[in-house]
Amino acid sequence: MSESILALYVFVLACFIGYYVVWGVTPSLHTPLVALTNAISGIVLVGALLVTGLDEAGIGASLIGFIAVLLASINVFGGFLVTHRMLSMFKKKQKKG
Amino acid sequence: MDLTLSPTAQALAYLASAILFIFALKGLTHPATARRGNLFGMLGMAIAIGATLGGAEVQGYWLIGIAGVIGAVIGIVLALRIQMTAMPQLVAALHSFVGMAAVLVAIGTFINRAQAGTLNSLLMGELSAGIVIGAITFTGSVIAFAKLQGIMSGAPIKFLGQHALNALIAITTIALAVHFASTGSWVSLVLMTLLAFTLGGTLIIPIGGADMPVVISMLNSYSGWAAAATGFTLHNNLLIIVGALVGFSGAILSFIMCRAMNRSIINVIFGGFGTDSSGSGGAGAVASEKGVKSASVEDAVYWMEDANRVIVVPGYGMAVAQGQHALKDMMELLQARDVEVKFAIHPVAGRMPGHMNVLLAEADIPYDQVLEMDEINPDFPSTDVVLVVGANDVVNPAAKEDKTSPIYGMPILDAGKARQVYFLKRSMRPGYSGVDNLLFYQDNTSLIFGDAKDTIEGIVSSLKGGGH
Repeated sequence: MSESILALYVFVLACFIGYYVVWGVTPSLHTPLVALTNAISGIVLVGALLVTGLDEAGIGASLIGFIAVLLASINVFGGFLVTHRMLSMFKKKQKKG
Repeated sequence: MDLTLSPTAQALAYLASAILFIFALKGLTHPATARRGNLFGMLGMAIAIGATLGGAEVQGYWLIGIAGVIGAVIGIVLALRIQMTAMPQLVAALHSFVGMAAVLVAIGTFINRAQAGTLNSLLMGELSAGIVIGAITFTGSVIAFAKLQGIMSGAPIKFLGQHALNALIAITTIALAVHFASTGSWVSLVLMTLLAFTLGGTLIIPIGGADMPVVISMLNSYSGWAAAATGFTLHNNLLIIVGALVGFSGAILSFIMCRAMNRSIINVIFGGFGTDSSGSGGAGAVASEKGVKSASVEDAVYWMEDANRVIVVPGYGMAVAQGQHALKDMMELLQARDVEVKFAIHPVAGRMPGHMNVLLAEADIPYDQVLEMDEINPDFPSTDVVLVVGANDVVNPAAKEDKTSPIYGMPILDAGKARQVYFLKRSMRPGYSGVDNLLFYQDNTSLIFGDAKDTIEGIVSSLKGGGH
């Protein structure tokens, strides 16, 4: 099995996982869901690191990679933090004591 | 000592990271487990970044460090300072960053691989997919941001031959991608990239402001597919898995939003909703003969303080007026009088999925008093007072009764079945759909004109002053 076909297998199976997991998310948390998926799609940071960190990377690729790392980092840090901020606000009714 | 991770160790770390991301999403099944879910997500990301930096491919750390620190600072400041009402804009901005990063990674990979002489057609095809999806995500999100922020009018922009033009751009983009994949031509690469950026804009401009919940969900989905495409080019399974998770998440949200409006995704994408006035004539004609009742704050308070149950229906108008904190005060005063207070949320209320829930949570309104449409609809007939705060179409009975109405078939909150309905409205302007609201003319409905926040604060002070 070639590497690309293997990648296709992974992709399709992951789609199924996504399908079943996301249907379970409660509608009241749909905004945090968007923010969280936003944060984890910051995973393109991994790609940006690979482009920028390559030993042989020329000035052009390094510069492009630099911007990519910067943008993806905004996503990762901003996304997780704002999700945390939102989720901290969801509270249950306090029992009257 | 060599600290470089072996490819096997790196792959295992990526696997752990992917599992953590799945648990992160799974955590959002319930508010009680959600914060732990987010922590799983952070841990997954930390492992992914650590494993990448520790691998053999990454040799230079200076540029990465500087860019990472700048990005982190910007991200943290944005996340801490953003107002909850502006969440749709922030999300749109973040989507655009993912899109642009995917484009840059693809181009950077092309340059590196061209230099190393390891290009092939399959790789360049995958690169094209990453660039095109990323570019569409980028400009689409920029337009969505501009519409949400009010930089651009939220009204749909339509012109003759729009769809034909989009189709032409799309076909040309694909043709250029094929040419690029087979020849590696820089000219095709650049043209393809520019056209894909254009397409992202032209695809989003015909979609109106109140369809933003669908747009946000769609762009969320695109940003996932962009990450997945990047994963294919880099043969990185983690990116592929995460991209698929995010892509599907956005797709499902788009589906849920469309279902809540009884519209197909095609109908939303080709847009222009709210500009077409034909069909609404019937309802409008009936309505104008009847006239509406207006009421004062005191009328509403009179009915509410002796009620058994009050249901609040918030909409985008509540967000605009920042009325959620005043609503919380009102809720507490009513509860002190043994009035049951609940909040009814329509899936498309606001400018993004779940927008209202976050605003109510921000105002410290407990989430177990905030109910979804299907949960709360059976309660309306036994409810004394419904307070509609800045919502309109989502309670319009025309969706059930008027077959000629553009919103016919859309599931609605059955607010009209309550004994008394009070609308907090700025003016008689119809809702986003441009459809007159039949509920205004019902005998049990009254309108309280004015800024939603001022009106609620009026109710609060009246409840404080009065009392039995």
